[in-house]
Amino acid sequence: MHKIALALTLALTASLAGAQAKKTITIGVFPDLDSVVKAALPGFNKKFPNIEVKINSLAYADHHNALTTALATGSGANDVEAIDFGYVAKFAEGGGLVDISKAPYNAGQYRSRFVAYTFPQAMTDDGRMVAMPTDIGPGSMFYRTDLLQKAGVKPTDLNKSWDSYIAAGKKIVAANPGTFLIPDASEVEGIMIRSGLKPGEGLYFDKDNKVLVSPTNPRFVNAFTVAKQIRDAKLDARAGAAFSSDWTTAFQKGNLASEVSGAWLVGHMQNWLAKDFAGKWAALQLPGNSFTSYGGSFYGIPSQSKNKTEAWELIKYLTTDANQQILAFKTTGAFPALRAAQTAPLFNEGVPYLAGQKARQLWRTAANRIQPIDVNRLDPVADQIVADALTSVLDGSKTVEQALSEAQALIQRRAR
Amino acid sequence: MQARIPTVPERLPLRARWDNFQRRYAPYIFISPFFILFAIFGLFPIVFSLYLSFHAWQPASGLGSMTFVGWRNFTDNLTDPTFWQSLKNTGIIALESGIPQHLIAIPLAFAINMSLKRVQGLVTALYFLPYITSVVAIAVIFVTIFSWQYGVLNVVLTSLHSLPLIGGLFPAENINWLGNRNFIQPAVASVVVWRYVGWNVVLYLSGLQAIPRDLYEAASVDGASVWQQFRYITLPLLRPIMFVAITLTLIGNLQLFEEPYIIAGDSGGIGNMALTTVMYMYRTYNFYSDAGLAAAMSWLLFILIGALTFLNNRIFGKSRLSGSD
Repeated sequence: MHKIALALTLALTASLAGAQAKKTITIGVFPDLDSVVKAALPGFNKKFPNIEVKINSLAYADHHNALTTALATGSGANDVEAIDFGYVAKFAEGGGLVDISKAPYNAGQYRSRFVAYTFPQAMTDDGRMVAMPTDIGPGSMFYRTDLLQKAGVKPTDLNKSWDSYIAAGKKIVAANPGTFLIPDASEVEGIMIRSGLKPGEGLYFDKDNKVLVSPTNPRFVNAFTVAKQIRDAKLDARAGAAFSSDWTTAFQKGNLASEVSGAWLVGHMQNWLAKDFAGKWAALQLPGNSFTSYGGSFYGIPSQSKNKTEAWELIKYLTTDANQQILAFKTTGAFPALRAAQTAPLFNEGVPYLAGQKARQLWRTAANRIQPIDVNRLDPVADQIVADALTSVLDGSKTVEQALSEAQALIQRRAR
Repeated sequence: MQARIPTVPERLPLRARWDNFQRRYAPYIFISPFFILFAIFGLFPIVFSLYLSFHAWQPASGLGSMTFVGWRNFTDNLTDPTFWQSLKNTGIIALESGIPQHLIAIPLAFAINMSLKRVQGLVTALYFLPYITSVVAIAVIFVTIFSWQYGVLNVVLTSLHSLPLIGGLFPAENINWLGNRNFIQPAVASVVVWRYVGWNVVLYLSGLQAIPRDLYEAASVDGASVWQQFRYITLPLLRPIMFVAITLTLIGNLQLFEEPYIIAGDSGGIGNMALTTVMYMYRTYNFYSDAGLAAAMSWLLFILIGALTFLNNRIFGKSRLSGSD
């Protein structure tokens, strides 16, 4: 009798103790980050046996829509939320995400360990920081070695300068009928407006919210002019945005001589986009000494989370642990934002798809040369307006000057 | 003075009271599910969007960040050139797709009704298929058809160019259907026509079947041709269903979103030519995260649709239905 009672009491206390110590937290992710987190969990559980992690994975757009709704209504968010670069500025407004620059998190202490431009991307004007960077997309130019050879063009001709790029492109297209230099002329404009920013300038607005888009700003004028030259020389496939159906078809048919994108594009090319052309693609730095980033991912903690301490432990493990960052790179090719992870031997190995080229060193160099760009709440609006302006320049319905002054007026309307 | 004794009402037995309750309230309980669902999913969003249209709100900042701005969202929209452009696009695509829909659907329904007695159901089902097809599948197919470099349409047209005699009618070079300001709206409209002709055929068939057979029989005895039967019997008697179909098309076309969105994507197509008002609303909410502005836009569109439907009603509606003949 006594024994049974004792056993019961013991069992009860044990289970209570267990319940107190073991905590379950949730993490909201989208593909391919879900594979990264899945791969990381065994190591994390070894380190923190009392934290159980549940992964909630949704498609890219659905994930961010659900997160928007959760932040709007103040309930329903996960303890840790993955945030794509394109959404960080949007979610940074208001108090929906925890400011991790303050105690007990003090994220600022890790700043020097990360690629320089990543921290400012997650920071607001008033100095709050809402997310930790995990992977980055250093920009790179990819080109088809066989098409260049046929045209007698050297790879360095492609990236010496933008003028040299266009001149080389004309030769390539002439020597390889049916091919295009680049999927869309607007991609070049995208790189050029992100280069040569003066201190205190964001992409479209400066520190005082003044609109920088104007027919007298050389950054925009040059970008528009070069893009127009590419279009007029019939060098681009007019495929619109990346991942559009024309873009995909052009890749699969092998009709593209070059493309500018993040290092992550290689993963797509070898898996489905340009399988037949393995070994024929190679990488270069972007033309004209440009270094830009193509996306990246972050992890933040919603203010509504009840398990902020555990959530922070998980984020720290995913972002500041070098072995974990290397594992992520092995799993999905997510380029580490943590600098310590970039010195792994892996980075000195060749990339099989790029005919064994040691392209990762190239991307590492690029990553550490990318300048931070301040974000502005109205960036998405300006982005759309400038893209529309460029479209009308490319199809010849407006001059560069006209298009830029109209864009300036449209953006100023919004920036009050 | 006698003190008045308050009369105690006689308590009904429990059974009778239950019966009474049932008679009085049970119907309300039975119809309540609709009203509860409507209140949550119909009335609340409508009222909330009206409330929202007078506020500035970025959804991701939480409900607490709503600020009252009065009529500013409405004036902002009315002074926004892109908003007017979206209205213009909507109008043009609505006309380009709306008119052909009915011009094809009415004769088609008439023909099916006249001749295809046995396989009528099958034919109707075939025509109805596009209406129930997944939008994503439609997008993939049509974007592939219209593609500039790789499109089926351009392959066919340019190969026809080499024909003798009529070759000159066809282009020698690929037409950039979705990358040219002149072609993108008709391209979107053609998808809308393709999608909704079947729907209208079904509507008109049901209208045709309501017309008594003996009218046609009497007319053919009197020697009326098929055209005369169509002109003097079918069209006048089809008027009520035409009114319904045109009203539905009007409302549907002014709220056009899916077809232009899947063909042109977020960007609204070349020079925003395929940006309809609902697409612009979606962009304002989703990419600009300006919920108040988007809500005001939806109410402006509502007013426009309301006015046009009212006009349509006056022109086509009840007063003319009975006919003066």
